[in-house]
Formats: sequence, C-alpha cells, structure tokens
Amino acid sequence: MNRPLMHHRYSSDMALLNTRAKKVAMLALLAVAALLALLLTDDYLQLLATGAATAIGIIGLNLATGYAGQVSLGHAFFLAIGAYTAAAISGDPHGRTIGLGITSILVWLPAAGLVAAAVGALVAPLAVRLRGLYLAIVTLGLVFVGGYVFGEWRELTGGSGIGRPAAVPELFGVRLDRSTALFTRDQQLYWLMLTLLVLFALAARNVARSRVGRAFNAIRDRDIAAGIMGINLARYKTIAFALSSFYAGCAGGLLFCITGYLTPDNFNLALSVVAIAMVLVGGAGTISGAVLGAFFFTLLSPLTKALPSLVPAVTDDATRTPNIFQLETVAYGALIVVFLVFEPRGLYGLWVRLRSYWKAWPFSY
Amino acid sequence: MTEAIQILSRGLGAGGIYALLSLGFVIIYRASRVISFAQPALMLAGAVIVSRLAPEVGFYGALAAGMALTATLALAVERVAVRPMVGRPVFTVAIITLGVDAVIRVFANSVIGVGLLQLGDPWGLSETTVFGVEVQQRSLVIVAATALAGTILYVFFRFSRMGLAMRAVAVDQETALAHGISVGAVFAFSWAIAGALAALGGAMAAVGGSVDANLWLTALVALPVIILGGLDSLPGAVVAGLVVGVVQETLATYQHTFPNWLGGNVATLTPFAVMMIVLLVRPYGLFGTREVERV
Repeated sequence: MNRPLMHHRYSSDMALLNTRAKKVAMLALLAVAALLALLLTDDYLQLLATGAATAIGIIGLNLATGYAGQVSLGHAFFLAIGAYTAAAISGDPHGRTIGLGITSILVWLPAAGLVAAAVGALVAPLAVRLRGLYLAIVTLGLVFVGGYVFGEWRELTGGSGIGRPAAVPELFGVRLDRSTALFTRDQQLYWLMLTLLVLFALAARNVARSRVGRAFNAIRDRDIAAGIMGINLARYKTIAFALSSFYAGCAGGLLFCITGYLTPDNFNLALSVVAIAMVLVGGAGTISGAVLGAFFFTLLSPLTKALPSLVPAVTDDATRTPNIFQLETVAYGALIVVFLVFEPRGLYGLWVRLRSYWKAWPFSY
Repeated sequence: MTEAIQILSRGLGAGGIYALLSLGFVIIYRASRVISFAQPALMLAGAVIVSRLAPEVGFYGALAAGMALTATLALAVERVAVRPMVGRPVFTVAIITLGVDAVIRVFANSVIGVGLLQLGDPWGLSETTVFGVEVQQRSLVIVAATALAGTILYVFFRFSRMGLAMRAVAVDQETALAHGISVGAVFAFSWAIAGALAALGGAMAAVGGSVDANLWLTALVALPVIILGGLDSLPGAVVAGLVVGVVQETLATYQHTFPNWLGGNVATLTPFAVMMIVLLVRPYGLFGTREVERV
C-alpha cells in the first residue's frame, strides 16, 4: 500500500487526514504549536491565544456564511451574547454587576454557547424567509439592537464606557488566568485556547463532511434546487444559524478571558465586518481558511503597532494624521478589496495554488 | 395640535435625509443588484467637502461642488472596485463596498480631525412660523430638498433617454444589453447619481449641527429604510424614509413616558424594529418587487 492517493473505499476518501503527508504535517504543526508556549514571550503568547479564540468564532461564522451561504453581519451580536453569558455565570456574586459565581469553564463555556445558539435559533425564522442581502441587512440590524440593549442593561454589562470583568477561566480548581508555580498566566491561557481550537475545528470539520454539511453546501449553491432534492430548508438554515451562534458564543466567552474585561462598545459593527473579512480573506467554506484568516488579522495588529518605530511619519497618537489606527482600518479595507478581486478563495486558495505547483513541479500540469 | 405639527415637521425633516440616502442605495441596487455599503462613507465625504468649501464659495456653491465631487468619487469607486466584479456573486461585491467604505471614511475622518466642522448653512437652528406653529427652518429645507430631488429623479427616469435605459437595465440586464443599451454607462451614471444624493443627504443631515465622524451612522439607518420600502422601489424609498422619520420622532417625543427598563433612547431602534416586523410579514418590503423563483 504505497500509493497513498489511491482510495479504495469511500470512508478513506472522506477521512479527515486522507494522506500520510497531511497526517505528518498536522502532527508536526500541533507539536510545534504546543511547544511555542515554552519558546515565546508572554505578549506573543497572549496574541496567539487571542488568535485561537478568534478562530473559534470565525469557524462558526464560516459554517453559516461559507458552508451554508447564509450571510450574517450579526456575528458581533452573538459574540456579545456568549461573552455576557459567560461573564454573568462566572462573575462575582457580590460584585457591581450580575454574577452567579460559578467559575468552572466546564460550566460557563457550554452555557455561553447554548444561550447564543438559542438566540441564533430564534433569529433563524428571518433567515428562512429572507435571502442574500436582505438577510445581511437584517443581521446588521441585530448588531444595533444588541448594542442598545447591552448599553442600557447596566446590571449585566456595567454600561457603555465602564464595562465589567469578563469570565474567569477555572479548570479543575486551577485559575488559569493566574500564574502558577510551573507556568505563567499566558502559557496556560494559550494552551487552553489552542486545545479548544483543535476540538472546535475538529467538530466543525466533522459537521462539514456529514449529512448536515452536505445539506449546507447544497443550500449555498442553489437553495431552490436543494429544496427540490428533499432538503428541509427551514430545518437546515436553523441548524446553520444555531451552530454558527454556538461557536460565536463560545468564542465570545473565551476571547475576553484573555484581557479580563469587556464593555458593550467592544461589540460594534466594525467587529462584524472584521469577522466577515477574516472569513473571506482566509477562505470561505474551509475550516483551515477560517483559522488562517483569524490568525492573519490578529497578527496584523502588532505589525501596525510597530509601524511608528519604523516609519517616522506615522504616529500612535489618535489625534494626529497619519496614525496607526487609520492605517489599520485602511489596511483592512484594502485587504478585503484586493483578496476578493484577485484571490476569491483567500489565503487557503493561495496555499492550494502553492501546493499544486510543487506537487507537479517541474511540470506545469 | 401644535405638538403634533412640530413632531411631524421634525419627523419629515429626519425622514427626508433617510429618503435622500435611500434613493442612492436603491438607484445603485436597481442598476447592479448590489447594496453599496460605501454610501455612508460617500455621505460623510460629501458633508466634509461641503463644509470645507463653504467658507470659500458660499453654502450653495459648496453644495453644488460637493455633490459634483462626491459623484466623481463614486464614479471612481465604481470603476476601480465594482466594475471588475461584474458577474461575481452580489455578496462579494457588497463586501468590497464595505472595504471601500472603511478606506474612504478614514480619509474623511482625518480631514475632520478632532474638531467639528461647521457647514456654514444659512438656516442653522432658527425657527419660522407656519400656520401659527414654530417649526425649524431646517426641517422645511430638508423636505423641500427631498421633494425637489424626488421630482427631478422622477422626470429623469420618466422622460430622458438615460432614465429609460436605467429602467430597462433594472428589469433585465442581458435583454437591455441586447437592445444596444450600454450597461456600463448605466452603472457609472447610477453611482454618480447615488454619490450626488449622498452628498446632498450628508449636507442636509449636518444642517443645524456639525459634520462629525458619527454622521455616517445616519446613513446606516437608511439601510433598514430601503429594506422597508423594498430594495428596488424608488417611491418605496421616499415613503419608507418619511414614515420611519415620523415614527422615530414620535417615539422620541414620548419616550420619557415609557417604562424605565426600556432605557432612555429607545427611539433610535425604531428603524430596525419596524424593518424586522415588516419583513416577517412582507419579505420584499412594502413596495419591492417579489422575486419570481425560477428553477
């Protein structure tokens, strides 16, 4: 059996890592990722942990938008629901804001996901009735409604501009957001986010190659045809929204563990737009693309922050022009435009091109 | 009664701005089936240009120049970022306009800086008496501007050659192409008109206030308005804009009587709430064309 690309059975063709090269590369990647925690300094680890938590949310958005074709500009809203559910469950019962005092991540993480999923399922009837851009604008409306509700509900959120402490990550009695005798805070958080990202990515891959995933793809490609083939549109669009919101809820809960603090102002339209940008720049309809996109944008921000020391004309003073915040926004906008015009499959598409080039090298076919 | 007329005038004033912006969205949508998320940035850019030119050439000259310049900017956006995407999924194009929006907005905001730009308009917040009721002049001006723009657009679409071509493209792009209509010219013209309307709307929104970075949020409120009126209906955009404006002003006037748990500024949610309710009943808005599903 030394012809690894020849599949004799459907199951081996559909396997997650269907070639030996992929198996080896994936194991090596995971090993390197796990060991990075011992090599890098804490601020880089914090950045990577943020990237991993973001990637979970982007995988969720990709399930709805990339796989099922249901464009959602409301991802910030679902992130907010997850973040506040998690914060409320693990918060200090005697604090200024609502808190139940249950700090175990095993409780608040599933709860954050489930509450967001329930809200996603509530919104789904709109998705069932609407298509394309109508849906995009309605989900955009969710961000505004959510922004208002979270801004006004001060017992839960602390109010706009003030905020509240975020969820507390505690696993089997160990506070992961405090340095222990062996490891620093950021090493622990990085490992936590990395493990969760692997779990969530695996689950999403499995959904994508199941009956549900095939139904999603059929709906994305032509919903009328999918309906005629016997796919229950209402049911699968609801599943897509609930699943996507579940991922967003979990990501929301995790993301703010790292900084430890959140305000309602975090969840604005710009967040939704960046989320869509991550999906499109990474590669719509692929899990690895979603992860790539999330890390790409997360790692972009320290680059722009380093700009003032490299280019003297650029300042980090928000009141002067040109400053790094302006450059960052312009870079986001320009990246979206450039990728969509020149490489619609995103970073994943670039990787596929590179791979097939070297596979066939030195031939061009 | 006095209060009712004042609410109505304020509401129509706010609604007129929504209507002007919505007309721009709808004209672009009819030509290319794309919602241009760049419209809010064009509105901000238009308002900034008007406020910078007003001290030099006076308000009316600045308004005309601002509309022309914003139309040119919109033309450039269409040519560079949107035209190459013909035939690609409409959502892709919509996301591209989101990117363009971010870029233009940064430049407009950097002109605004930390200060507030004054428009230099002749009305400000002064009031005038209509039927014995004090109403703000700016409301009347906005309603007049909306009516004027609406009439010009009606005459243009109804009687001019280009207007006919644009209506034909809105019905069926390929058939229009087969009849010798230059679809590219229609795209360009639609974006130019939308740009000019955005500048007018932006200037009107800043009358009596100032041009600041939050102005573009007003344009985002125009999004539920176009959904409400129906994405491809010009009269729908005007009617829905005015309705949303009046409902919002009414709620804003009486919201201090609402229960406390609703919060202090619930009227800002009106456009979105009205949109969601209407969409559950009528998925294509009030006046939108029902899409025929062909297999």
